[in-house]
Amino acid sequence: MASDLPRANLQPLSLYVPEPKFRPGDTVDFTQVAIPPAGEVRRPDTADRAENFIDLAYELVRVLDDEGKAVGPWNPRLSPETLRAMLRSMALVRAFDERMFRAQRQGKTSFYMKCTGEEAVAVAAAFALDYEDMCFPSYRQQGLLIARGWSMVDMMNQIYSNKGDRLQGRQLPIMYSVKEAGFFSISGNLATQYPQAVGWAMASAAKGDTRIAATWCGEGSTAEGDFHSACTFASVYRAPVIFNVVNNQWAISSFSGFAGAESTTFAARAIGYGIAGLRVDGNDALAVYAATAWAAERARTNQGPTLIEHFTYRVEGHSTSDDPGQYRSAGEATAWPLGDPITRLKDHLIALGEWDEARHAAQDVELAEQVKKAQKEAEQNGILGHGLHQPLDTLFDGVFEEMPWHLREQQAQMLAEETASGRPWARKS
Amino acid sequence: MGAQIMSAIPDPADIIAPEGGPDGTARMNMIQAINSAMDVMMARDPDVIVMGEDVGYFGGVFRATAGLQAKYGKTRVFDTPITECGIIGVAVGMGAYGLRPVPEIQFADYIYPALDQLVSEAARLRYRSAGEFTSPITVRSPFGGGIFGGQTHSQSPEGIFTHVSGVKTVIPSTPFDAKGLLIAAIEDNDPTIFFEPKRIYNGPFDGHWDRPTQNWSQHPAGEVPTGYYKIELGKAKIVRPGEALTILAYGTMVHVCQAVIAEAGVDAEIIDLRTLVPLDIEAIEASVRKTGRCMIVHEATRTSGFGSELSALVQERCFYHLEAPIERVTGFDTPYPHSLEWAYFPGPVRIGEALKKVMKD
Repeated sequence: MASDLPRANLQPLSLYVPEPKFRPGDTVDFTQVAIPPAGEVRRPDTADRAENFIDLAYELVRVLDDEGKAVGPWNPRLSPETLRAMLRSMALVRAFDERMFRAQRQGKTSFYMKCTGEEAVAVAAAFALDYEDMCFPSYRQQGLLIARGWSMVDMMNQIYSNKGDRLQGRQLPIMYSVKEAGFFSISGNLATQYPQAVGWAMASAAKGDTRIAATWCGEGSTAEGDFHSACTFASVYRAPVIFNVVNNQWAISSFSGFAGAESTTFAARAIGYGIAGLRVDGNDALAVYAATAWAAERARTNQGPTLIEHFTYRVEGHSTSDDPGQYRSAGEATAWPLGDPITRLKDHLIALGEWDEARHAAQDVELAEQVKKAQKEAEQNGILGHGLHQPLDTLFDGVFEEMPWHLREQQAQMLAEETASGRPWARKS
Repeated sequence: MGAQIMSAIPDPADIIAPEGGPDGTARMNMIQAINSAMDVMMARDPDVIVMGEDVGYFGGVFRATAGLQAKYGKTRVFDTPITECGIIGVAVGMGAYGLRPVPEIQFADYIYPALDQLVSEAARLRYRSAGEFTSPITVRSPFGGGIFGGQTHSQSPEGIFTHVSGVKTVIPSTPFDAKGLLIAAIEDNDPTIFFEPKRIYNGPFDGHWDRPTQNWSQHPAGEVPTGYYKIELGKAKIVRPGEALTILAYGTMVHVCQAVIAEAGVDAEIIDLRTLVPLDIEAIEASVRKTGRCMIVHEATRTSGFGSELSALVQERCFYHLEAPIERVTGFDTPYPHSLEWAYFPGPVRIGEALKKVMKD
């Protein structure tokens, strides 16, 4: 049995528990966050072996400089049309988020999650990937669907769990699934999509397909075993997959230090697995685009997986159920040294002479109208809590391909109880 | 003894085979039958792939995948890293792509790191995506004790999976059933946990650890069609018709119960459940209504074991036909011990005592 007292000749141990730099009320000073100038990081050949550029896991790939110019070897040299399309998608995501956040506050649905400040991470990736590539997102990549041109009405139907909901009201709002748009069913369980993306990519490779997979998780969920299982599998079989770690600094109220950020970068997780690792300015749409395109080319040429850390900031709460004012300083979002991704891309287009403030303001108005119109259309299918939008008996559909007796029996019981209760809820037939 | 063996002969009504029937038969132990099922399915369907720890070149620690990599290549039969979470997560992704993976978890005792991927992902994918994505996965895993495997190579965790919505649980008790059920599981479009009772891989076990072991070569259900056939999931089998009581069992316990009944000279009806979910409730009800007595036997721990569900179902549906309380014979609520394995195992002594109780009055 251990002694109650420390041994007198040895120094007592102490347990270290991380603590974020700023709490509510603190003045925020991010000068300690190292932000290298844009354009300085080298761009290895996509055929290069991962061991030859491990330094990139500790750097920060940046393309857009402080004057809005695109500089350095990672500049993807996109056409003004593509840049404008990307800007429009990002602004549309923000308008969508604003509207749906408000809809939740108005009691039209139970839950919503914004991606404010992180729009570039999903939108620029969607532009760099092929439409046929398969995405295994977490819950903050609505930008993939918007950028792929998926119907906002369809997304809103899901958010409202209404009669137009393709998921028949079964999933928490924003847990979309759109196979047609290469968007895998979102799970609320964290990082489970990581090994699934690897499996999809391995299947594609085994079948001699040309499509690749991409997946996203937050920095907090890199602590999950699934993340590490996925990295091992991807490394072993050189799976054509892109791992995106969205380091937005916060996992609900736990700062990135609880996922290990005080000791190393998240991109550096790649090094131990021998896979390519990049650390990218996640608020720089061109850097995200360039890194994704580079990783996609590696994957498509059988060079294997790439892990991209997107260094960004979660401007809003984790979800509508969260109040970040309880645990972090309100000054963080405005003090974030990498700015706002939409403003930065807008400034770049303006610097190119391909855009101006008036057009931008007009576009914002137009997009807000577009979202509002979609919302009206979606609400014609109903909002959560206003009546029952799915027939009662669908509760039992799709547990299995064919309903076994015990579910049929439970379904019959439910229908009999509902009939007896007089509740006027609809049946399928 | 004769009637018992006769009743174990495969019932032709069980067999679902293409016109013309299976091509012929061969003597197989359960490992060979399982291997043959995968072989047949890999030949029929290019989307069937096999993966797991040591399953490739080596052919598996129990040899269940022997020869498959040589025959179908490394991209269809391959070794995996030692991460059960990864194995099942990757299988879910492959299933979403359109493949039909048959992952092996080397021992059921090692399935727990994969639980989240099985319970939250594979089992619910069809429901949560309203059918956009499915998990046509068959997870094979040897389970059960009686091989001096200690607490990490002996467990029977079927009750964990029967508690989960959206996953089927299948447990064969003979080579013939193992092949037919495994083929049905692989063809099924929902995730299936296929637990293989490893104590009876090589031969039926009567529960007497101190007696010479038998092998499948003398057992009628060791005669297995070499070609394609399947046994419908969700169908139990009456392995011994009788009038005095109903015994519900699966896996190894089917054989132990048969031996106990033969020695006791009791005219029991023994039902091999074969599939726990979906359960063949009709076969159970019909039998208990006829006999009025019911004994449930499984090797897994007692509390919240599948026997609890069976007991509840029989009570709910057959209460007025029961002439005695339902008896449950199970493993104890302890870890599976090593040296005291045969004290833990619900063998002839424990089953015999329960039999006396249920037959009293």
